[in-house]
Amino acid sequence: RKIIFEKQWFYLDNAIGHTYGTTFEVTSGGNLQPKQEVEESTTETKEAGTDNRNIVDDGKSQKLTHDDIKALKDKGIKGQEIVQQLIENSTTFRDKTEFAQDKYIKKKKKKYEAVITIVKPSTRILSTMYYAREPGKINHLRYDTLAQMLTLGNIRAGNKMIVMETCAGLVLGAVMERMGGYGSIIQMYPGGGPVRAATSCFGFPKLFFDNLHEFPLSKVDSLLSGSFSTETLPSEPEDNVLAEEESNGLTDEKQISLQETEEESTTETAMEINQTEEQDTMDINAEDVEFKENKEKENKDNVREKQRKQWERRKKLIETAALLAEKNADGLIVASKFHPTPLLLSLLEFVAPSRPFVVYCQYKEPLLECYTKLRERGGVINLKLSETWLRNYQVLPDRSHPKLTMSGGGGYLLSGITVVLDKGKSDSSHLEALKMEEPSSKRCKVQDLHC
Amino acid sequence: MSFVEYGDTIKDGDTAIVFLGHESMFPVKVQHGTVTQTKYGVIRHSTDLIGKKYGSKVTCSKGGWVFILHPTPELWTMNLPHRTQILYSTDISIITMMLELKPGSIVCESGTGSGSLSHALIRTVAPTGHLYTVEFHQQRAEKAREEFREHGVEHLVTVTNQDVCKNGFGVSNIADAVFLDIPSPWEAIGHAKSALKAEGGRICSFSPCIEQVQRTCLAMEEYGFTEINTLEILLRVYNVRTISLQIPDLGKAAEDNSSTGFDSSNPSNQGSLGTNLQQGTVQFKSGVPLREMVGHTGYLTFATKS
Repeated sequence: RKIIFEKQWFYLDNAIGHTYGTTFEVTSGGNLQPKQEVEESTTETKEAGTDNRNIVDDGKSQKLTHDDIKALKDKGIKGQEIVQQLIENSTTFRDKTEFAQDKYIKKKKKKYEAVITIVKPSTRILSTMYYAREPGKINHLRYDTLAQMLTLGNIRAGNKMIVMETCAGLVLGAVMERMGGYGSIIQMYPGGGPVRAATSCFGFPKLFFDNLHEFPLSKVDSLLSGSFSTETLPSEPEDNVLAEEESNGLTDEKQISLQETEEESTTETAMEINQTEEQDTMDINAEDVEFKENKEKENKDNVREKQRKQWERRKKLIETAALLAEKNADGLIVASKFHPTPLLLSLLEFVAPSRPFVVYCQYKEPLLECYTKLRERGGVINLKLSETWLRNYQVLPDRSHPKLTMSGGGGYLLSGITVVLDKGKSDSSHLEALKMEEPSSKRCKVQDLHC
Repeated sequence: MSFVEYGDTIKDGDTAIVFLGHESMFPVKVQHGTVTQTKYGVIRHSTDLIGKKYGSKVTCSKGGWVFILHPTPELWTMNLPHRTQILYSTDISIITMMLELKPGSIVCESGTGSGSLSHALIRTVAPTGHLYTVEFHQQRAEKAREEFREHGVEHLVTVTNQDVCKNGFGVSNIADAVFLDIPSPWEAIGHAKSALKAEGGRICSFSPCIEQVQRTCLAMEEYGFTEINTLEILLRVYNVRTISLQIPDLGKAAEDNSSTGFDSSNPSNQGSLGTNLQQGTVQFKSGVPLREMVGHTGYLTFATKS
């Protein structure tokens, strides 16, 4: 299968059988495997200047013309040699300082020596990749913010989690990775079905999907009021049902095919590619192709199997509804494009007391409102509105400093812990009552909390 | 209760967190017949705690109340007895993700210190993973062992009392990840490499000073680590406040009531924040940064062995 990545195209066939972290060089169409450590021989000219007082930018320092360079490339000469040629034909190279020479070489290497590293998928890789490549699809959730969510939510094996996300399934995948197949997850989804494009990139074993449930957001109200019944189920348009089944089928099938390849050779689960030190992944192009193929195939089967699937779907929905109705979830994670307040006020009903919850929002203002509304509702403590800043550093001998560019925003989090909600008193009178009851010191405290 | 499993009710021997209010809480060891003093009065463990649900409101003798919370590594971090400087949840989060930890991971850590990070690591790698933690200070190592026993996680952790720079982690080729929080991490990089699995793994070093980072990066490069990356993460916490700003009197005509005057001349003021016009003031909700924040904890350097 042909794959395009960073203006290069190649086949992955040659990569099978190698360990993760192996670096490859791209030749005309296939993959070549070079050594792990490329011998750093390019710096045999140890001459270097001390400053740039005599270096003039006349645009003529490079003796090779564009055409010369193109000719070198067309001849299929190794990138390393082209870089060497460029250095030899640069009149100013010898006058540059040692550090500038280093920088020059690095820049040219990046351009001419296309190396690709294949690494194993993980939350680290996928969340950095999504943030760099498709931040819009994950509501600009930066990877350090995601890391905070997993920790603040106390995500671990054995939990029963409720997840509501519109981040392409990235947050779901991150939660699944931390739970390692132990416990259960209920994914609340808007529309016709949960989106799990990013989830499938993780290459989770099929076992992990056994305790993954989904429940339509549009049925939450009826579940809370007790009017939920499965009779109302097929109210959604048929195509939506189909679409969801297809996407589920895709996940499953992809899972299986991934497992098969894993058995064939212990490598090559999903493809994660690392080009010239920067973590990036290949485009989802390849997946789209697979998606279409699956779609056609599934459409034929679907006509026959629709009845059975619908019945199964209903059964699963009843199971999930029962899980939710126990109202004893171990946590709630929300990261969506929707306004967080109504989501939280409803979904917190399903969470047991003394459990953490975390809400992500790209903007601060909705969380301010959410904070106020939660205070009015009660049943939560330790509310915290926060944001993290992430700064990357360049660390080189005598050249250490923060990287020039840093990300402007990675979103905001509102987190807290649920507690037993006082019953019998209405929210406002409850507050009043508290203030009356408390000794003076406590009264200050309460007011503090509410201002 | 356990640090690696939720329980519904409070039992004898549990560690629970007493939440007094705004950022004020402390841990208690629940024991029959014991009492705990708070500023709102006495809590009697036998009657007030044991058998109650986690998350309940407990009324103390003076009529004040507290909440009793289930312990988590994050709450522990905020309440543990400090024996050393500790790592806080913000750094711990990024460490856990960047080291790619999950259930089943084998992790090496040094030093154990006060066990703040240790509890978070154990939580993440449970139930099938393991933490090998090395602490050269005998008393601290002993204390950490005791805590792990009390918290019901001793089966997931091995505490070794030795110098990691000289003697390493006491294990080889089994770790998926190594974490170093010691004064001279560069002296332990070689040991870290041999502790990691032959097929590779991740490493992280935490250092407050850039000079330490510098030497660590050089050592990592020397030992063939790749993907070396240094970063720093800062937490900003906001207080949610309703702010009211006074409208200045610019001497507009007296009959032009100040509030309506402002309204009509400036219809779009802060619209999204739900402006409330009172007598001569504008009210809005704001997330106000704390007056003081943690500006620096340490640099985190990550790398891969492959």
